[in-house]
This record gives sequence, structure tokens and C-alpha cells, in this order.
Amino acid sequence: MATAAAAAHGGAADRPMPDYVEGPIRAFAVITLFWGIVGFLVGVVIAAQLAWPLLNLDLEWTTFGRLRPLHTSAVIFAFGGNALLGTSLYIVQRTCRARLFGGEEMGWFLFWGYQFFIVSAALGYVLGVTQGKEYAEPEWFVDLFLTVLWVIYLVAYVGTIMKREEPHIYVANWFFLAFIITVAMLHIGNNISLPVSIGSTWSYAAPPGVQGAMIQWWYGHNAVGFFLTAGFLGMMYYFIPKQAERPVYSYRLSIVHFWSLIFLYIWAGPHHLHYTALPDWAQTLGMVFSVMLWMPSWGGMINGIMTLSGAWDKLRTNPGLRFSVTAVAFYGMSTFEGPVMSIRAVNGLSHYTDWTIGHVHSGALGWNGLVTFGALYWLIPTLWGRRGMWSTKLMSWHFWLATIGIVLYITAMWVSGIMQGLMWRAYDELGFLQYSFIETVAAMHPYYVIRMLGGVLYLAGACLMAWNVWKTITESEAEEPVRAAAPAGARAVPAE
Amino acid sequence: MPTKIEKDSLSGQNTTGHEWDGLKELNTPLPKWWLYTFYATVLFSLVWVVLYPALPITGATGLTGWTARGALPAQLEQSRARMEPMLARIRAATPEQIAADPELRAFAMAGGRVAFANNCAGCHGAGGQGAAGGFPSLADDDWIYGGSFEAIHHTISHGVRAGESDEERGIAMPAYLATQMLTLAQINDVAEHVLSLTDRATDRAAAQRGAELFAENCASCHGERGEGNRDMGAPRLNDRIWLYGGDKASIVRSISYSRAGVMPSWRGRLDPATINMLTVYVHALGGGE
Repeated sequence: MATAAAAAHGGAADRPMPDYVEGPIRAFAVITLFWGIVGFLVGVVIAAQLAWPLLNLDLEWTTFGRLRPLHTSAVIFAFGGNALLGTSLYIVQRTCRARLFGGEEMGWFLFWGYQFFIVSAALGYVLGVTQGKEYAEPEWFVDLFLTVLWVIYLVAYVGTIMKREEPHIYVANWFFLAFIITVAMLHIGNNISLPVSIGSTWSYAAPPGVQGAMIQWWYGHNAVGFFLTAGFLGMMYYFIPKQAERPVYSYRLSIVHFWSLIFLYIWAGPHHLHYTALPDWAQTLGMVFSVMLWMPSWGGMINGIMTLSGAWDKLRTNPGLRFSVTAVAFYGMSTFEGPVMSIRAVNGLSHYTDWTIGHVHSGALGWNGLVTFGALYWLIPTLWGRRGMWSTKLMSWHFWLATIGIVLYITAMWVSGIMQGLMWRAYDELGFLQYSFIETVAAMHPYYVIRMLGGVLYLAGACLMAWNVWKTITESEAEEPVRAAAPAGARAVPAE
Repeated sequence: MPTKIEKDSLSGQNTTGHEWDGLKELNTPLPKWWLYTFYATVLFSLVWVVLYPALPITGATGLTGWTARGALPAQLEQSRARMEPMLARIRAATPEQIAADPELRAFAMAGGRVAFANNCAGCHGAGGQGAAGGFPSLADDDWIYGGSFEAIHHTISHGVRAGESDEERGIAMPAYLATQMLTLAQINDVAEHVLSLTDRATDRAAAQRGAELFAENCASCHGERGEGNRDMGAPRLNDRIWLYGGDKASIVRSISYSRAGVMPSWRGRLDPATINMLTVYVHALGGGE
């Protein structure tokens, strides 16, 4: 769908606006929400399975073992991935003042190609076709398809940047580029494997034993670092200043924290393998690089939150901004918790416990989820040319449901995780282990129920959002064709 | 587009002079606390890599000399030294002697509880209550192989029908239908007779016919009145405790195809002291003789 852009901002007003590609981005925005709800729902199901194992239903397709990768991949790659693809393609065009390289067709190809990848991967999990690597479960043929698709994404992205009309590259694009390039490298590096035959879904990983584990966690941790951190920071760097209508707090901080973040992150993976067969020196390096990551991570938080100086009052009236800022606060919390947990002695307690699950979800639900909701609440009225979301009240309800859900989730997991770690290592006065494994499982039951309730709240919030988005698209009042006195941010308006 | 540096009236900072889609950036210097905390983490890391192993060279350690492999034996030794005096006494004593000595008994009950929870509870239940489908209760006085200290010790040590010890428990009951030793009608009669041992027969005539077949085929192991035989490991049939179900269909199935539960031999898996402690613990669960 062609759009005439209505530019009315500063010195840019006299320059013609390119014909931005928007159709596929609308599709990405809607599908992000769809996959989000699917992923949250499967999350609630497997949380309930942990509390009540009967819900595994004794069917191979519905066991925790198969649904768990379905949940993780649905939220990370389907929800998060579509959010990243959609927002990155939107942002790169606007901040480069250039139409997407490859045009409308490129956008649609990326959209349908990525959905094909998601469905192929998900079918594999349920049917038991998996290479058994956490967050890299798809088998070799799905991996090959994604590799091709990802390289095309990179070409589209770099192509757009190369034909930009702005002299400088905006900070959001540095982060998106780091995300696209590094994810390509990680994906290829961790998926090198040999299929049994060309017609077989079965393959063997190339690196053996502890080397394989090391590469897996080099991949796994940097999926967090570059997919869930760098990519979403790119999102944050566009939508927070847009929503706050304020300049980014510090350009210098953005440069220093960008380079320190991407240099340090890539070495931190071995902290997933403390007290294993991995040599001590690699464990030590994984730990110290994680500790050094603390401030580079916080640079993004400072830039996000401090951008609101002078615009804090907007939190009262703009629930969308509330999502984005709370997301950055959760980001700050989990990027402090991460380095703490990477310290060997702390890890001795936290490793293999629910504490890790709580940590991941304070990042995933708090940071990735909320920042995506914040971005969509801004993007959806903009893309459909509406004055705003259909209901601000529903946005507030979503905000509180999601926030309370996250708090229930992570506090339940802190308590149960630390309890679990302490129970495993408790000795009685005679020197015997105090608890058997099954006693630790029984002790966690109430926290599993609380965690599931947190998930239900989070899911309920997302459902309210879906309704609100539907009403915004179908019923909401259209924006006036040209807003001559728009305070900031040129908004695109459909041509019809 | 030309660079146009502006002063932000709210913060007093200058912008960098660039603009993208209406977005601008201030040129605020790095926050000092941020920078110094970053330096502090780098300093911490430098100190840490000097103290702990950080070089990919075999045998290289930091100044502390710590290695994960080196730290483990010390911890194991500490734990062993703490418990060894008691364990040595437990190992040297018989379960009967342990149970008679209050100090040894307290130690064995604590150790037996942990060993039971981690090795036995999976089949026999967390309190030894057993489970349907061939996992006997250890908390009652209905013993298949005997409930004395010696018998329990033997069963734990050598297991049941696992093929892991020459002294294992359990002999095979014939599968009467599968080997065509009895017809289905005859098995039905035997089942009625077995039910009659606990006054539950539904067909008096069949039970009468079954009595003769029972005497010929079953009584040598299970006893004439179904009182069981611990030497054979043949369970009692004249009580209401059933390993594989006491309804008629289950009994017909047991006679037709036999049953043969398995338990591993724990000798070699657990050390002798642990087996002694388990014996005392199981004996105390409720039915020790």
C-alpha cells in the first residue's frame, strides 16, 4: 500500500519524504501480537504442567519436554523476532529517510519467509524433530532456510542504510545492525552439523562434548545479548524519544555503551557452564566479562530513562510511554542480576534452580515484552493513521495486569529458586543431606502455582491489547490528513 | 542536511546537531558514576584473572592456586572425616546391633531416611507405603521375603529377579495359560477358589472345582490355605493385601501370564554402611520382625 507521508518537522519539512514501505510492517505489527499471545498461552500451559503434572496428558505431543521449546521459541523468535523485524524495517526507513531496499516485495518476502520459518520450527518441536540444543532446536533443513532468509534481511537493511539521505546513521540502526550481523554469525556457528542423509531430518552436531557445550552457550548467551538486548535497545532508542518527545539523553553515552556492550557480551557465554567439564580458565573469563558488562548494559537504561527528563509528566497521560519506561527499569534490574549470578560462588547456589527462570523472565516479560507493547502502542495508530489507540483505559489495564503478573512471576521464582538451591545443599547435624530431591520438588508446588497465576495475568493483559488493537484498526477515528503543527515526529497517513 | 547545534532549554545541554525523523540527541557527557563504576568492574576483573585460572594453558593457575578439580577432594575429605567414625561403627555392626544401640540407631535412621528417599522411594513410595502394580508396601507386616533384620538386609543386598546376584530373591511363577498348563475355564475356577480364601467367591461350584486344581498347582508354593511361603517368595493369598490387584480379573491375569517383579541388587551400588542403615530404617517403617 502506497502512502503519502506528511512531514511537518523542523528543517525536514521542505524535503520530500520517500514512499516508505508500510504494508509488511503493518503485518509484522499484527503478527507480533498474535505470536505473543500464542507464546504466552503455551507458557501458561507448561507452568500449569509443572504445578500439576497430570496436564501433560500422557501424550507425547503435549509433554512439557516438547511444549517448552515451543514456548521459548514462540516468545523469543516469533513474538520477539517479528517485533524486531517489523520495528527495524520501520525505523531504518524513517531514520535514513529512504525507502526499504528491495521495496514492498522485499518486505513481504521477509514477512512470509519468517512466518514459514516459525511454523516449520514449531511443527518440528511438537513432532519431536529437534537437534536438542536449547534455543537452537530446529533441525538442519530449517536452519539452512533461516540462514538464507537472514542474509536477505541483512542485505535489505544494509541496502537501505547505504541509500540513506541523512548524513549520519542513527543509534538505533547501530544496534539493529549489530543484532542482525551477530545473530547470523551465532546461528551459523552453533548449527554446523552433518545430516545422516539428505532425506533425513536427523543430524549430528559437528563439535563434540564440552566444545559443543561451549559453542552452544556462546550462542545461547549471545542470543540474549544480541537478539533480546541489542535488537530491543534499537527499538528503545527510537520509540522512547518519540513517545517522550525529547532528545536522547546522551549521544556520547550511546557510543561508549554500544561499543563496550558488543565487545564484552560475546565473551560472557561460559558463565552458563560453571562447575562443569569446561576448563577453569574459560569459566573465569566468562565470569569477569559478565561482571564488566554491568555498566555497558546500564548505559542503555540511563539513556532510556534520562531521556524523560523534562517529560516525566507524560507518564500520567501516556500509558504507552509507561510501558517503555518500565521496560527499561526491568532491563536495568535484570542486567544487574545477570552479572551477580555469573559470579562463580553465587552461581553455585543459583545454577539449575528456578532463580535462573525468574531472571530470564524479568528480562523477557519485563524488558522485551513491555518495550514491545510500548512500541506497538505507538506504532499501530501511526501505521493505520489514527489519532491514538481506541482506548487509553484498556492500555492502563494492560499495563497493570502485565506489571503485577511480572512481579508475581519473578518473586515466586526468586523464593522457590533460592529455596531449592539451599535445600539441595542442606546437611543435617550428622552430615547427611537434609532433603531428598523429591522433597525439594514438593516444596516448590505453591510457587509454581503463583508463577502460573502471574503468567495468566500477563496473558490477560496481552488479550486486552489485542482487542484494543482490533478496535483501533477497525473503528478508531482517523487522523486529520496533515497535522501542520505536529510537535514532534512526522506521522504517516494512508493515501486513501 | 547541515549540522545545526541547538541548546536544549530544559537540560542546558547542546544537541549534536543531527536529526533523524524528528529525533535529536543531546551531547551530555558520560555520567561520572557510570564511568567510574565501569572502571571498577574492569579493575575487579583484572585482579580476579590474576588470582584465578585464566590462561588456556594446561596446569596454569592463578596466584591463589585454586582449581575446581583441586578444591573438590578437600571438600569430600572434610565430609568423609566428619562421618567416617560413625560409618565405620555402622559398617562393623549388624543391623540388629545398630538397632539396639541408641547412638548408632539415631545415626542409621537419619542416614537411612536420606538413602531411602533417594534410592527406594521411587518405587516403594516416600513413606514406604508401596504402589499399585507390584511395588510392595514396606510399612506393614505382610512380608514377601521376611521382615527380620537379616531378611531385609538380604533382599536389599541381592535384589529380586534382577539377575545381578547369585543369592537373589524370587523364583518364577508359571504362566498357566501362556504355557497351556491350565485352560481358561480351569483358571477361572482357580481364581474363584482364591477368592473363596477371603470369602469373596462369586460362584461356589467353580470355587469347589478350583480347590482341587489349586492343591495340585498352587499349594506347593502358596500353601494349602494360601498362607504363602517366604522361602519361595510366594505371597499370602488369604489376606486383603494384593500386589497386583485382588479383583477377579487381576487374579485371572496373574495366573494366566504370571507376575515377576524386579528389584536391583544394591550391593555394589551402595556401600555396606548405607545398606545397614537402610535395613534399620526399613525395619522401623512399621512392620519389622
